[in-house]
Amino acid sequence: MAPDHTRLPARRTGLADPSSIPGWGVDAETRNDPTWPMRDRADSPGADWPHPVPQQGGAEVLQSVEYKARPAVYGLGPQPRGLSGAMRRAAFRFSESNWWHWLLLLGADRVDMVEGIGSDLATGRVPNLPAETGMAAAWKHDARGQVLKWGAIAAGIAVVVMARNRRRRA
Amino acid sequence: MDAMDYRGPNRVRVARKPVPTIQHPQDAIVRVTRSCICGSDIHLYHGLVPDTRVGSTFGHEFCGVVEEVGAEVENLKPGDHVIVPFNIACGQCHFCQQGLFGNCHESNPMATAVGGIFGYSHTAGGHQGGQAQYARVPYADVGPVKIPDWMDLDDAVLLTDVVPTGYQAAEMAGIQKGDTVVIFGAGPIGIMAARSAWLFGAGRVIVVDHLDYRLEFVARFGPAEVYNFKEIDDMAVFMKRQTDGLGADVCIDAVGCEATGSALHTLLGIHLKLESGSALALHWAINSVKKGGVVSIVGVYGPTGNMIPVGNIVNKGLTIRANQASVKRHLPRLIEHVREGRIRPRELITHRFELRDISDAYRIFAGRLDNIIKPVLLPNG
Ligand SMILES: NC(=O)c1ccc[n+]([C@@H]2O[C@H](COP(=O)([O-])OP(=O)(O)OC[C@H]3O[C@@H](n4cnc5c(N)ncnc54)[C@H](O)[C@@H]3O)[C@@H](O)[C@H]2O)c1
Ligand SMILES: [Zn+2]
Ligand SMILES: [Zn+2]
Repeated sequence: MAPDHTRLPARRTGLADPSSIPGWGVDAETRNDPTWPMRDRADSPGADWPHPVPQQGGAEVLQSVEYKARPAVYGLGPQPRGLSGAMRRAAFRFSESNWWHWLLLLGADRVDMVEGIGSDLATGRVPNLPAETGMAAAWKHDARGQVLKWGAIAAGIAVVVMARNRRRRA
Repeated sequence: MDAMDYRGPNRVRVARKPVPTIQHPQDAIVRVTRSCICGSDIHLYHGLVPDTRVGSTFGHEFCGVVEEVGAEVENLKPGDHVIVPFNIACGQCHFCQQGLFGNCHESNPMATAVGGIFGYSHTAGGHQGGQAQYARVPYADVGPVKIPDWMDLDDAVLLTDVVPTGYQAAEMAGIQKGDTVVIFGAGPIGIMAARSAWLFGAGRVIVVDHLDYRLEFVARFGPAEVYNFKEIDDMAVFMKRQTDGLGADVCIDAVGCEATGSALHTLLGIHLKLESGSALALHWAINSVKKGGVVSIVGVYGPTGNMIPVGNIVNKGLTIRANQASVKRHLPRLIEHVREGRIRPRELITHRFELRDISDAYRIFAGRLDNIIKPVLLPNG
């Protein structure tokens, strides 16, 4: 069950008015401020700045539950789709501070990759993996590394195959 | 139009995509003239950033010519050639008003912890990036800056991220005249941090990496004392030896979540994803800085968590400062620095690619092949 972010625990103490606290601010030193440039607290618009007009359009925007109001603009990158999309929607029921949010999104990214190969195939396109991974460039500039890497992979496969053959013969 | 197209970890290609259109009255559409690949893009390319969707176009370092503007845009008109900061910022929210343009509250519905960034996953707002012939630029009156007549486009494109980020790394370090500054990482960001450290008055600048060709570059460009960490047994001991046993005044992390050098962090963070990548450089920074010192972080990390020695931060009384660079805030000063020749950004560019060679470009940059430092793409030839 995803957490219900509308349920808040009751506040246990009243908010104190700082100026009612004896000695408040007597040692304040404005130059000692590592939060530059977030300096001019006096000029801060608080949470009520004049909001830009909201972006219109029918895109599905997954929104962080930590926002009070929807930010005005968003990108039109790929929309959630398929199983990965369902996982992304589920992820957004958790806050950014909750591990599930990020684990579900990372999981969705891996599923999306498989769905991407599926949609390529569905449109009659076989993804050219050597080209997409820049294999030619790797051979051109790092032939030695490639020989070592593929050699190690081939050796690993050979060992497994030989072990299985031996077991079968025994 | 042609645009870079992400297909999954280590797989990118060029695809035909619709030219972006105005979606909001403060938008502009820009025809991209230069676009870089950044170390940050490598984190996306390796699948380390959550909510990086197949079909996304990356690219947050670009400049280009304004083609069209929305009804509310006043400062830009078609034909203007602009530097586009990598952050998308509204200019009026609680955070933008404080100059925190990297932390805007009106540009990324998907996460509150980071503002919108071009081409940097849906965690940064789902905005399509500039490794394409055209890009949509929200809040066009706020971020973009017209490129001065005298400025070379190769210098201009590096003002979108690399130069301001290196500069802010040094600024956040609170460098005082004569300070010893140690920078981890000799990528474009670390190189610019080294150059900038001098502008803030550093007395000694040390850079650590394991790629000799980059160390040679920064030794001259910074200039800087350089060390290859493969030749160092214990970083903390080494840095103490270098600094009379005290530690550096300031350490800068310009590496981020893909630091190499520790099998443990690589296993836990990169392969098993139990950490947000490997935070070895940050670990070294915390343990190499002197008590009461400052650690400035511009290296990028994921949103979950990392193994770092928090106890030492407490016991040593460290100040940790970090952020996405607030590009727009720095641009006026940095344009002056370029004009006066105090920073010569374009010397970092070692490779040029056309968009159709995008797969090779990513492979070469991610693999640090062919002595690459900074690649630039020419999406419109
Ligand atoms: N905060 C921001 O606004 C911002 C902006 C741009 C880039 N970044 C981040 O800054 C970091 C560097 O970017 P870049 O473009 O220079 O990337 P890059 O990948 O080109 O450079 C990183 C360098 O770090 C070196 N390195 C790896 N492990 C190391 C270690 N343990 N100690 C020292 N050096 C080590 C690598 O060899 C490489 O030269 C990335 O994490 C990037 O995402 C942050
Ligand atoms: Zn960048
Ligand atoms: Zn804002």
